[in-house]
Amino acid sequence: MRTNNAPTNFGFGDDETMLRDMARKMLDERLPLERLRALVAAAPEPVYDAGERAPWDPALWQEIVALGWTGLAVGEAEGGAGISLAGIAGIVEEVGRHALPSPLIATLAASLVLRAAETDAARAVLTDIAGGATATLAITNERGSWDPADAPLAAHADGDDLILHGVARFVQDGFKADRLIVSARLGDDLVLCVIDPRAPGVALEADHIHDLTRDQASVHCQGVCIGPAAILSRDAATVLAAAWPGLLLLVAADLCGASEWLLQTTVAYARERVQFDHPIGFFQAVKHPLVNAMVAIDQARSLLYAACAEFDAGGDRAEIAARMAKSAASDAAATISAQAIQLHGGIGFTWEYGLHIFCKRNLHNQALLGDGVYQRAKLADLLIGPVSTATNAIG
Amino acid sequence: MAATDLTPEQRDFRDHARRWLAENAPPPPPERLPITPIEVMTVGQRDYLQAWQRKCYDAGLVGADYPKEYGGHGHSGCQRIANQELGRARVPFLINIVGLSMAAPTILQHGTEEQKRKFIPGCLTGEEIWCQGFSEPGAGSDLANQRTSAVRDGDDWIVNGHKVWTSLGHFAQWMILVTRTSKDDKYQGLTYFLCPIAGHPGVTVRPLVKITGESGFNEVFFEDVRLPDAFRLDAVGNGWAVAMTTLLAERGASEGAGSGGGGGDGAIEALIDLARGSWRNGVLAADDAVTRDAIMRRAIVGEGLRQNARRARVPALCDHPLRLPLQQKLTGSEFAQDNARLGVEIAGAHSTLYKRDPRAPAAGHWPLAYLNSFGNTIAAGTNEIQRNILGERVLGLPKSK
Ligand SMILES: Cc1cc2nc3c(=O)[nH]c(=O)nc-3n(C[C@H](O)[C@H](O)[C@H](O)COP(=O)(O)OP(=O)(O)OC[C@H]3O[C@@H](n4cnc5c(N)ncnc54)[C@H](O)[C@@H]3O)c2cc1C
Repeated sequence: MRTNNAPTNFGFGDDETMLRDMARKMLDERLPLERLRALVAAAPEPVYDAGERAPWDPALWQEIVALGWTGLAVGEAEGGAGISLAGIAGIVEEVGRHALPSPLIATLAASLVLRAAETDAARAVLTDIAGGATATLAITNERGSWDPADAPLAAHADGDDLILHGVARFVQDGFKADRLIVSARLGDDLVLCVIDPRAPGVALEADHIHDLTRDQASVHCQGVCIGPAAILSRDAATVLAAAWPGLLLLVAADLCGASEWLLQTTVAYARERVQFDHPIGFFQAVKHPLVNAMVAIDQARSLLYAACAEFDAGGDRAEIAARMAKSAASDAAATISAQAIQLHGGIGFTWEYGLHIFCKRNLHNQALLGDGVYQRAKLADLLIGPVSTATNAIG
Repeated sequence: MAATDLTPEQRDFRDHARRWLAENAPPPPPERLPITPIEVMTVGQRDYLQAWQRKCYDAGLVGADYPKEYGGHGHSGCQRIANQELGRARVPFLINIVGLSMAAPTILQHGTEEQKRKFIPGCLTGEEIWCQGFSEPGAGSDLANQRTSAVRDGDDWIVNGHKVWTSLGHFAQWMILVTRTSKDDKYQGLTYFLCPIAGHPGVTVRPLVKITGESGFNEVFFEDVRLPDAFRLDAVGNGWAVAMTTLLAERGASEGAGSGGGGGDGAIEALIDLARGSWRNGVLAADDAVTRDAIMRRAIVGEGLRQNARRARVPALCDHPLRLPLQQKLTGSEFAQDNARLGVEIAGAHSTLYKRDPRAPAAGHWPLAYLNSFGNTIAAGTNEIQRNILGERVLGLPKSK
């Protein structure tokens, strides 16, 4: 793949580096591993048995809001920072590296969709987000389809208003969101609306998930009434398609960050843990899988930044580049998550040690928006062409 | 690559390279060319490829960044662009691979002024073919276990020993040669020489045959071979350090004096084409979900490696300076091997047909490429050794030995 207008440094210059380094420093200080463990994994029972939602740190979130991170993907006209996706990816990698529980990624994803909508209604929500509001996308149906055409809700007109019915599933950090961006079928059209999670007819139900660093919700809508000002786009298919590479890349960046943390943590352990009179990293059965994981992570990271640059440049290969990045990041994450636990031996298998926090976040993100196999099926349609239906007859 | 990120010199150079390559595609070869320079067997292949390298040199695409005094073109940051453009243009490879990617960079770094002036120009033009005399029967992965000896004799050295797997030795005028000058220390007892090969008294070159049926590498025997001290590169006892310069260049950590060409860029397109013409369980392989997935895996790795090369030049996105460069040999050779194996799989029954069979897909390329791919997963430090190096030098894990 060749890009003609994306810069060789992926648009990752001094400003982006500074932002990334600031994020790393802040999260190193405010969310070191011990703090993360105490926060989300004090014990398994509350979340896994009693059904509570995993805790997070709203005070830390307020600091993050004060830094302006909700507005990273919001344009300057709406009061945001208007950072490139390459710059955002740098920050999201740090978020993944610290497994930060927060509505940040959901809010960034919603912002990318709102930006693509290019309507006044969408700009109003972006202004709120730049001011610190959180948002998430509720665009996935009962079947967990990642095709944006498979909208979870149905809408019908009532004068100038729309009435929404249905259930949106797999809504990321829905319980932390001030705004829900939903997609709905309206006859042959696909509409995008913003709803308030506390509005009449809206009910959030918590999914019981293994990942301890987020919540996930089902959003039930029963006759939710939407005024014209809340209709973000009547061409949601185009809007979602334009934002989609960005959505994939936010998840890929989170995967890359968490995977690099798992790699470095496991390498550090392999340098320290002595068995048979050697640090275990001396043995090639330990050393070589770690190198393989590094190689996989590096390709994923390079593809991530290349795809961000392509997205930022408005290149026509953004979808291809983003699907490559998500595929590589999902598979690299699977590799290092497994190796991290295995190469730590018994300690890595314990709840207390905390590797599982990152591995579960990765496992969740691997599935989100489609795993590697799914992305490659989509890529094949783009690079080889759709499967022809005619060949059976000849063969 | 964005035109905006290139210096004016680089932009001009790229435009020139593109234009020149578009207008100067070489005539078809008189006989089939092998996949890489290290399987060049016949005089016909050699002459054709030497002429092509000379043309590329005259056009400025070889030795682009080398100083003019040593036959180079005196640019900066342009060889990388030349390599890319040669790759894109799908023209034949440059034959003098050892000269360009090993001898010239090593001589440039360690040679005397006189040595640089004498040896580098012939590497660049391709008039003097080089070979690499590092490996011995007892010194493969354990390269420092050298037995070939060099003993002082007045102003000369007398060399005795046996080198193996010497690619291009049969056409070489010169060899970069590692010898043992002292038994006191495994590493500090080595000395590096530039040694004449063709027609030099006491040197015997004997071809070895590869699993593909091709030749291209050799055994080289040294019987009381006399070398003037002027052919010694760097200090006596410093051979290991010099050899490390060569290996780093060989494994792709620098741009070298020229590479590219040979059509490696088209691997994925070739697999897709093959899948469009191959049948699998009653459907075209291009419509088979498993095959599609497998090709996309290859496409992603290929793009990942291209983007690695790009990221390697963005320090802010590289936490360790050697992390990406040291992966190149490992990932590049496995990429080629995995592509070739997939090609064999897709070709199915037709993958049994080898070079001479008129019905073989791509003239038997896929099984040939697969068999041949082990050359690069073994040569230049096996991939097991590469994984050791990456684990140790980049990840800081304890040395395996
Ligand atoms: C096509 C081709 C061209 C070549 N061209 C040249 C040339 O021009 N000049 C030249 O000097 N040499 C050349 N070589 C030689 C090449 O560098 C050696 O073959 C290579 O370094 C391996 O050495 P060996 O063959 O002795 O294998 P060995 O070192 O005996 O290795 C055998 C196996 O053991 C493994 N192994 C060995 N040590 C370790 C370890 N510490 N950890 C894990 N695994 C290990 C290896 O990975 C390999 O799988 C060429 C080789 C090939 C295949």
